[in-house]
Amino acid sequence: MTTETMTMPETMNIAAPRPTPPVRATGPASVGSEVVRVQTVGLDFFYGKTQALFDVSLAVPEKSVTALIGPSGCGKSTFLRCLNRMNDLIPDTRVEGEVLLDGEDIYSSGMDVVALRRRIGLVFQKSNPFPKSIFENVAYGIRINGIGRRSELPERVEHALQRAALWGEVKDRLRSPALALSGGQQQRLCIARALAVEPEVLLMDEPASALDPIATQKIEELIWQLKANYTIVIVTHNMQQAARVSERTAFFMLGRLVEYDRTDKIFTNPGQRVTEDYITGRFG
Amino acid sequence: MSRSTRRRAVSALFSAACAASVIFALVPLALILFYLLQKGIGALEWGFLFHNPKPVGETGGGFANAIVGTLVLIGLASLFAVPIGVIAGLYVAEYRGSRFATLVRFAADALNGVPSIVVGIFAYSVAVMPVRRFSAIAGGFALGVMMIPIIARTTEELLRLVPESLRDGALALGATRSRAAWSVVLPAALPGILTGILVAVARIAGETAPLLFTAFGNRFFSTRLDQPIAALTVQIYTYAVSPYEDWHRQAWAGAFLLVVVVFVLSVAARLATRRLERMHG
Repeated sequence: MTTETMTMPETMNIAAPRPTPPVRATGPASVGSEVVRVQTVGLDFFYGKTQALFDVSLAVPEKSVTALIGPSGCGKSTFLRCLNRMNDLIPDTRVEGEVLLDGEDIYSSGMDVVALRRRIGLVFQKSNPFPKSIFENVAYGIRINGIGRRSELPERVEHALQRAALWGEVKDRLRSPALALSGGQQQRLCIARALAVEPEVLLMDEPASALDPIATQKIEELIWQLKANYTIVIVTHNMQQAARVSERTAFFMLGRLVEYDRTDKIFTNPGQRVTEDYITGRFG
Repeated sequence: MSRSTRRRAVSALFSAACAASVIFALVPLALILFYLLQKGIGALEWGFLFHNPKPVGETGGGFANAIVGTLVLIGLASLFAVPIGVIAGLYVAEYRGSRFATLVRFAADALNGVPSIVVGIFAYSVAVMPVRRFSAIAGGFALGVMMIPIIARTTEELLRLVPESLRDGALALGATRSRAAWSVVLPAALPGILTGILVAVARIAGETAPLLFTAFGNRFFSTRLDQPIAALTVQIYTYAVSPYEDWHRQAWAGAFLLVVVVFVLSVAARLATRRLERMHG
């Protein structure tokens, strides 16, 4: 992996003492003076014998939006799913390296995966509301995690729906089936469902790729609002979207992190030739 | 003959063959229904449904004891088989690929293929011999054993139709695997599972062999679970082999009633499936 070292200055930190939360990372691939929430160190990922991620080191700053871009099959979704261990569910996969949440390795043996997934929420590419009522969808995570008192449940559901900018549209029909909502509403419902368990980090896997422009705009506005309180990592195929919603952008190709920097820098003055070629649409 | 005429002729021939096959398949069904109705119509009246059998030699009386008995037996069988079948199906669907799940599925298929008389003997040795008494419980047990593999297999197949994304969605919210299976995947497949249960009920409602030496049959009205109980099928058999003209008519009527019940259950299952497909489609 010698050819990669130029973009991976952080791999040199592996030998350094384990950072303790909150971490102030340094180095070109770090995030300056901001507090790092999630960080990967030399992350490799394998589907069986096929390696999908090569030595990815990336630090995600708190309360900001980090976009992952790159051509199809570049490993950005795989990377995203490593961050809350959703890849564990796929048989015959293997992770090497570290994923740190507030400095703690989430792949360490003592980690409670179920508790971890509550702290790091995931919104899927295709909205996947449960075939239950709108209310029950949002209440699901609250119930299974036993959050708060039962009497507070309606309040929490309302609060989550408000934060997902859906409350006004559904407040009169909380008991109707979630599957009756439009595609954009369903995706916002899924976001509300994820927010209801009060995660610290929100992962979004192409949350607007199946939506029309108006619904997409709503989701983007929502992301913009949410970053005041959440650390967001979003995978997107839409370069304009990455430019609009994110502060930092990571460009992946062939399972490697090619470049990671401030979004305005990536889009105006990328450091790597391939990044520029991709962003300007020369391939991908 | 030109090429296109020949093609049209071949096509017409095959269409005719298909139509003929359909008719051949449907004719026995129509004949059975017609025959049952014709023979049994004389005995099909309110008394048949609501009266118990009269003493031998008296005309009249009905199948009320057998109707209630069959309901009791189906209820007992379902009580026993539905939880086991559904949970077994859930297990096989969730842990597919694991060695034990494969074994369970194979066992279900094998059990499904066991002749019903053998299931009857099994239930006899397990539920009748130890207490030395025929009983409704033994009959329900025998029918339940027959229901389990049907329910387990339909449950498994329907659970596999539930999109993976629902399970992932639950897990991403911090659900454990069993919690996700129980609270999201299973409810999503529930209408289909209910259909599977209806199909299983329709299947066992017409079984006679497993009941012959478990529930045994009863000339009197009984709902006691520890006593022999009447069943439609057994009573039809007893009446059919009797020397009395009036009993023969009642046996036909009972057979007609049984077919109607099974038919209604099948149609209900069919409609429920269609509704389910529309919901997910």
